[in-house]
This record gives sequence, C-alpha cells and structure tokens, in this order.
Amino acid sequence: MGVFAWIVKRDLMLALRHRADLFTALFFFIIVVSLFPLGIGPEADTLRLIAPGVVWVAALLASMLALERLFAVDHADGTLEQMLLAPQPVALLVLGKIVAHWLVTGLPLVVVGPVLGLQYDLSADALGVLLISLLLGTPALSLIGAIGAALTLGLRGGGVLVSLLVLPLYIPVLIFGAGAVEAHIAGLGSDSHLYLLGAIGMVALLLAPLATAAALRVSVE
Amino acid sequence: MLQVHQLSCMRGDRRLFADLDLTLAPGELLYVHGHNGSGKTTLLRALCGLVRAEDGYVSWHGQDIAELREDYARDLLYLGHKNGIKGDLTAVENLRVCGVLDGFPLTERAAWDALGRIGLDGHEDLEAKVLSQGQQRRVALARLLVNRAPLWILDEPFVALDVAAVALLQQVIRDHVAGGGLVVLTTHQAVELTEGTVKQLKLGWRD
Amino acid sequence: MSSRLINWFKFSSPATFYPLAGRLLPWFAVTAVVLIGIGLYMSFFVAPTDYKQGEGYRIIFIHVPAAWMSMFIYLVMAFWSALGLIFNTRLSAMMAQALAPTGALFTFIALWTGAFWGKPMWGTWWVWDARLTSELILLFLYMGYIALTSAIEDTRRADRAGALLVLVGVVNIPIIYYSVEWWNTLHQGSTINFRKESSMTTTMLYTMLIMALGCWAYTIAAALSRVRSIMLERERNSTWAQQLVAEGKA
Repeated sequence: MGVFAWIVKRDLMLALRHRADLFTALFFFIIVVSLFPLGIGPEADTLRLIAPGVVWVAALLASMLALERLFAVDHADGTLEQMLLAPQPVALLVLGKIVAHWLVTGLPLVVVGPVLGLQYDLSADALGVLLISLLLGTPALSLIGAIGAALTLGLRGGGVLVSLLVLPLYIPVLIFGAGAVEAHIAGLGSDSHLYLLGAIGMVALLLAPLATAAALRVSVE
Repeated sequence: MLQVHQLSCMRGDRRLFADLDLTLAPGELLYVHGHNGSGKTTLLRALCGLVRAEDGYVSWHGQDIAELREDYARDLLYLGHKNGIKGDLTAVENLRVCGVLDGFPLTERAAWDALGRIGLDGHEDLEAKVLSQGQQRRVALARLLVNRAPLWILDEPFVALDVAAVALLQQVIRDHVAGGGLVVLTTHQAVELTEGTVKQLKLGWRD
Repeated sequence: MSSRLINWFKFSSPATFYPLAGRLLPWFAVTAVVLIGIGLYMSFFVAPTDYKQGEGYRIIFIHVPAAWMSMFIYLVMAFWSALGLIFNTRLSAMMAQALAPTGALFTFIALWTGAFWGKPMWGTWWVWDARLTSELILLFLYMGYIALTSAIEDTRRADRAGALLVLVGVVNIPIIYYSVEWWNTLHQGSTINFRKESSMTTTMLYTMLIMALGCWAYTIAAALSRVRSIMLERERNSTWAQQLVAEGKA
C-alpha cells in the first residue's frame, strides 16, 4: 500500500473515530437548504426555479465550513510537520488528505443533495443532473478550499478569513454546477456545463495540491 | 556530511543568530545549547528545511537541502517539541503511519516489537490520547528504533521521560552515532551523553 | 552566479530603493495631477455629446480607465509576487502590498461609476452584466488579499502567503471571467454593452487615453509612497532607516 493510500486510510480512520464531526457540515447543508422555502414561500414554481442555485450555494457554504478542520488538527499535534519532512512529494500527501476530506464531507453532500431537491419539486432527471453536478463539482471545492485552509492555518479568525479567500474562487464551480441543472430544466441540455465542471475539476486537481503544499510550507514555518 | 554555511535566522524582526558555520561528519553528535529564546529550535528547524533562513544555507553531502528536498527528507529524522502522533490512533497505528511517512514501512509485528523495546508493553493498542505525556513521547521515540535515516535532529528528546527511558534513549543515540550516524540534539537536562567529546554549539550571548 | 544576481537586485534592496522611490515620487504625482486635470477638463468640456446617450456617457472617461487599472494592477501584483517567491526578494512583496489598496480603489471606482452610468441608461443601479459581475468578484479578490496579509503578523509569512494567494487568483481570473460571461449569456441578462454602444470620436479616444495615463501615473505615485512607508516600518531597526529618521529625511 502506497503512502497516498495510507494517508487516506489514516484520515478516514480518524474521521470514523470522531463520528460527531462527520455530520456537522452535512446538517448545516440540510438546514440551509430547508430554510429557503420558509423564507420565500412554498409555491412549487418558484421553488423549482431557485432549487439548483440554493442547493449549490448551500453546498459551497457547507464545504467551506468543513475546511477549517482539514489541516488544523495535524498542525496542532505535529503530524503536519512530519508530512512536510516526508521523503514523498508533499503535494501527493496533501492530495491524500483532500481525498479523505472529500469522502467525509463532500460525498455526503452529493448523496443528500438530490434528496433535498425533492423538497423543491425537481423532476427525477433534474435530480439526476444535480447528483452528477455535485459529484463533479464538490471535489473541486475541496481542492480549491484546501489552498485557503493552508494559507490561513493557525491564524486568529481563520474561519472567517478562509471564507473571504475561498468563496470568490468557488464562483465558477457554482455557475457551472447550478447552471447544469438549470440548463437541463430549461431543456438546453446540461452536457456542456458538466464538461466544463469536469474541466475545472481537472485543473484544480493538477494545481491545487501544489499550491496547498507551498502554502503549508509558508504557514508551518 | 551536514554543513551549515553563513546561516542567519530571524524571528519577527529579531535576529536570532547570524553567519553561523558548522560541519557535522558521520559518527558525530552535535549538542546545541543556550538559554530560552536563543534560537535552538529555530536552528534545528532550519537544519530540517522547515524554516527558511534569512541568509546562508544548509547542505547535505555538498548539496543545498532546498534543492535536495525529498532526497534529504529520506536521510532525515526530525523529532520536534510536538510528538507528531495522533491521539485518536493507537500506538501501533501511529508508529506504522510514521514509518510509511518516513519511507520505512514496517509490519504490525515490527511495530509491536519496537514499542515493546521502548517500554510500552501492554500499551501498544491503546489510543495514544489515553497514554501519559511520557508514554506519548515514547511512542514518538519508537521511530528512532525502526528508522534507518542517518541524520537525526532531536529537539528536547528527553522531556517528559523517566530515568529508565532517558538511559535507554541515550543508549539508542550512542549506538546510532557509533554506527556512523549523525545526531543534532538540544536538551536542558544534564545527561551523560552531552559530556565528553561531543561537538558543542552555544547559541545566545548571555548566561 | 550569485555576484551577478547581486548586481541585478541592487535596487531591490530597501536601503537603495527608498531614496530612489522618494526622488521618483514627485514626478509621478505631478504627472498624475496634470494628466487627470487635462483629462477631466476634456471629458466635461471638450468631448462632444454622444448622440445616443447624451451627457451621461461622460462617466466612461473615469469608468473605463478605472476598470483597466483594476485588472492591470492585479496582474502587476501577480508579477511581483512571482518574482518575490522565485528570487526571495523583500521588495517584491512590499510592492505587491503597496499596489493592493490602489487596485481595490480602482475596482470600487469602476463598480461605482458603472452603477452611476447604469441608472440613467438602464434605469437601475445594478445590472448583473458580465463585466460588472467580474469587477465585483475582482473586488472580493483584492479584499481577500488585503485581509490575509493584514491578518498575518509575521511579515515574511504574510509576504509569501499573499504572493501565493495572488498567483492562485491570477490563474482563476480567466476562469472566473469566462464562467461569468457564460452565465450571463445563459440567463439572457442585459445584452447592452456600453463600451461598444457607440462609435468613439477621436477626441473621445484621446480623452480616454489621457485619463488612462493619468491613472497610471497616480497608481505609480501611490504605490511608491505606500511602499516607502512599508519599508520604513519594516526596517525600523536597520541602520539606514534610523539614519534617515535621525537626519529628518524619512
């Protein structure tokens, strides 16, 4: 088993031993999505219209909320230092952490998102598109967010700061993610949106671990 | 061979040390001492490449460590103030993860053995957070037993250890040096190891 | 090799750059005042009234140069940041930090004048036009940079963290820009593009260029003045800074 797999396994094990933490971001997501109909009113037509945007904005906020824990604990107990001194590329280890983080905080959003879509009277195939868009988009959120988490590591008020850094960078994901569902509902076809979402994910996969590794070196010093 | 060339480090806008030169050959132990805040930890972290020097550089076998990166990391074992172990993992799991990260993966059996030798019999599969300070330190120190890196950089390794563990650790370090290893260490405790023929480096100006 | 680098980076040492910046500063400040003065005069009194938009269009003489500068300054910051990360020069990060507030200011001016222009033209203060939306996001990026660099107390960490953030931002800007453009066409928002709306006369073009050059000069002057304060603050313990203060030249 390679070092990458070990990191993923370790972080998953740690997450499972702290099961309460697993659900915080998820419940946040569910609550935020459920608040909108209460604020806007229960008309099915309006809800259908705003559903993709609401679910995606809530996913953005939920995945941002989970970022704080990505490196903070490792930083506090010294394992982050050891990661930086490992004879493997730090970007690879960082990617392992991001993958584990996505499995724990991103994947539940993908699963629950379509269920919440039911509250908004979305059709079955629109829910399918929502699922695919979340599946393609949330890894990009974790990847981009990791850069912000690394840059703000150990800073006072880091949680608020990270939102300021990360949310503007999330915008393309939001546009193509919510856009895919909207385009599908409008009968335009969601393919191009999903391709672009995938493309953003690939770019993030290539660059974000490198940027995060560099940011960690700066922050741990 | 570890060499330091004209190294200067700052913390905030305070200069900790400047134009430091030193050479450490295989089979040598360097004992860094000085008062609190004299820059011992910063020096050790700079030797690891965790801290960027304000000026100067560190070389390993004649090459700048900033260029060697992972190749240097393979030859280096650093133990800082923080133990670098996870409270939610058992001692065995911790040691195995450390082994993988250090580039020396070890079997479950080998991990149990090493923990036994460092004096943690019967605690191997307890979560590290229920262990005492000294026991947690021992888990971290067990890395020394399973690691074949030639260069050890140890920041206050004796802290929180009892007499038996201090003696054991000194023996481990002595063996490593005798076997051609290099050790850089700081400690506030007076131990036999730091007396005699070891290289010494004193940081700071007051005493 | 290192001796050659030292020659190259002679001006990157604060002790050398500080007096140089001090000598250059008045020239750029005067140029800025003169150019912007001429530009404003031309904007209001010389440039002809637009046959379609009336007098209201004159705001573009501020809006367009501000929008140009807002984007360009971010690129310049990215340039300095890359330089700083590669060569580890102290001055680069200081330049980036000195430019950020001016960049944010121009972004804000571009947004504000855009809204002012929108009211008479579109009948509303804010339109989710692709360009305005991109400007808004750019403002967020500037804010993020300023917030991050001021939240970190250790200046060296602040420099390098800020530099990384700017580089991440500069990779993202084209992606953000095109995604917003795409989003805009999908939603059929305003298709009016006020910069291509009417053909520009030569006088309009010259006015615009003079204003743009004035903004350039202002940016350089503001950045130089800010970088001098940053230097003095950071190097307060160094001999050259204390000498300057003693001589009353700081």
